[in-house]
Amino acid sequence: MAFGVATGSLPGRGPTPGLRFIGYAVLAITLMFLDRREGWMEQVRFGLQTAMYPLQMAVSSPGTAWSWVRESTRTRDTLRMENTELRTRLRDLELRTMRYEALSQENATLRGLRTALPPVAEKWLVAEVVRDVDNLRPRVMINRGTANGVFKGQAVMDDGGILGQTTHVGPWSAEVILITDPEHQIPVEIERTGLRTIAEGRDDGALGLPYLPANADIKVGDLLRTSGMGGVFPQGYPVAKVAALNRAAVQPLQQVTAEPLANLNRSREVMLVWFREAHPAAPVRDTGGDLTKGDPNATAQPTPPKPKPAAPAAGSATPAGNATPTAPRAGGTPAQGAGPRGTVPTPAPARSGSAAPSTTAGSQSTPTGAAAAPGAARSGTTAPAAPRPATPATPAQPPAENRQ
Amino acid sequence: MRGEPRGWMVFTSIVALFLTVLPLPGWLDMFRPAFVVLVVLYFSITWPRAGGIGLGFFCGVALDALEGPIIGEHALVLSALAFIGVWEHQRIRSKPAFQQSLIVFFALALYEFLLFVVDAWTGHPNTDVRRWLHILPGAMIWPIAIALLERGHSPR
Repeated sequence: MAFGVATGSLPGRGPTPGLRFIGYAVLAITLMFLDRREGWMEQVRFGLQTAMYPLQMAVSSPGTAWSWVRESTRTRDTLRMENTELRTRLRDLELRTMRYEALSQENATLRGLRTALPPVAEKWLVAEVVRDVDNLRPRVMINRGTANGVFKGQAVMDDGGILGQTTHVGPWSAEVILITDPEHQIPVEIERTGLRTIAEGRDDGALGLPYLPANADIKVGDLLRTSGMGGVFPQGYPVAKVAALNRAAVQPLQQVTAEPLANLNRSREVMLVWFREAHPAAPVRDTGGDLTKGDPNATAQPTPPKPKPAAPAAGSATPAGNATPTAPRAGGTPAQGAGPRGTVPTPAPARSGSAAPSTTAGSQSTPTGAAAAPGAARSGTTAPAAPRPATPATPAQPPAENRQ
Repeated sequence: MRGEPRGWMVFTSIVALFLTVLPLPGWLDMFRPAFVVLVVLYFSITWPRAGGIGLGFFCGVALDALEGPIIGEHALVLSALAFIGVWEHQRIRSKPAFQQSLIVFFALALYEFLLFVVDAWTGHPNTDVRRWLHILPGAMIWPIAIALLERGHSPR
């Protein structure tokens, strides 16, 4: 038996191994290339996830069986303990939400709305973490998919805070990328100051804030919450707590470490959340959940119904667009408000919040580009959440906008 | 002798895929051998004409669907490994089990290295050292894997 046998042509067996390998390699590289181009392979992925579903079911069934056994053999004592714990927690939460109605009404009055807005979360769905997608990457597979109405780029939370978002959605399962994945960035704001920045996942399972200037006002213990930019997460949900600061005198940026509030490693049950599109705190939807680059097809956001110059804006309460809270005050510049529904032909790259750490207030609702005048009118007054004290770190807010 | 165990190939591949995604506690997960690679290597070495490269490709696509950051990554790497297995099957098959384990060790290292390269190339770099941990257990179970895989087909 000479060593050359395998390399020679095999009689009646078609191409040689070398040719076969080259064929398959080309095919694989083509697949990778297509997958890199976003969206081209989503259908294929969908099909593959469908094909892999039986395997997944088979894999998760021992775990399901085990948890069922454990559930059914719980002792009375553990149950009672758990019950007490839950009751305490419930009372806690009830006390905390007691004033919620009154506060939201008060908030609405302050904003000049006639009635309080409904909560931004419209509905949610509990999903179970089936398995880790890959033991080296913080991604998990959950047992809900398009059959339950899950879509790509949907926010996933647990009772602690934001957990991540869906990346690939199959019919009955979806892949969730956690916020600690180094490939994930989440637009956040510091609750105490309102300063907006981006939180990145890091290899060590924490979050980093790589784009904060050295003189930014941030302390250990500051709460980071979602800023509503980037098109996935609505404004105001807790993300992480600042754990450590590292200011080197010579560095223009400081290194901030934050610990995620969600139980990233322990959560077996997570929540998929749907948001009211019309709510002012809702994420800007039209970036398609793309967190790495702006959507070239993004159209300008629908602006709130422009109040007629004659009618003072005071009571236009319908929350039609994301920029609603600013609408009444935008009416103060009637001449510029003439262009209805800011249909800016140019795509608005600045709004895909994660691309650049935009710290200027109001870029969420500002169509950039041609409609500069109405845009400036609105952005000068935009303060979707609380009025935000200007921090020393907020770079270069054009003074002209503030004076309008 | 000539009858290639197609059914057995498919069955063991599915079992290997199953073992690959079976949930394990975190620390144990790092040491989980790359079962699919072992199966693909076995069949490319033992049955070089049975389409080991194709098996590698399709197992790779399945792996990509299950855990790959990008479709085609495992497919490319596994078909490359299968090709090496087919190419060198005479040499590898004639070695005793221990030396085969050594070869498998290097094959698994090559597998992980190629994945590492493709990861970096496609923009999902992952420099975690723990990704290399599974190589040694993989090489160690090779004799067991052979013994089990041989049971499913007539001796050749």
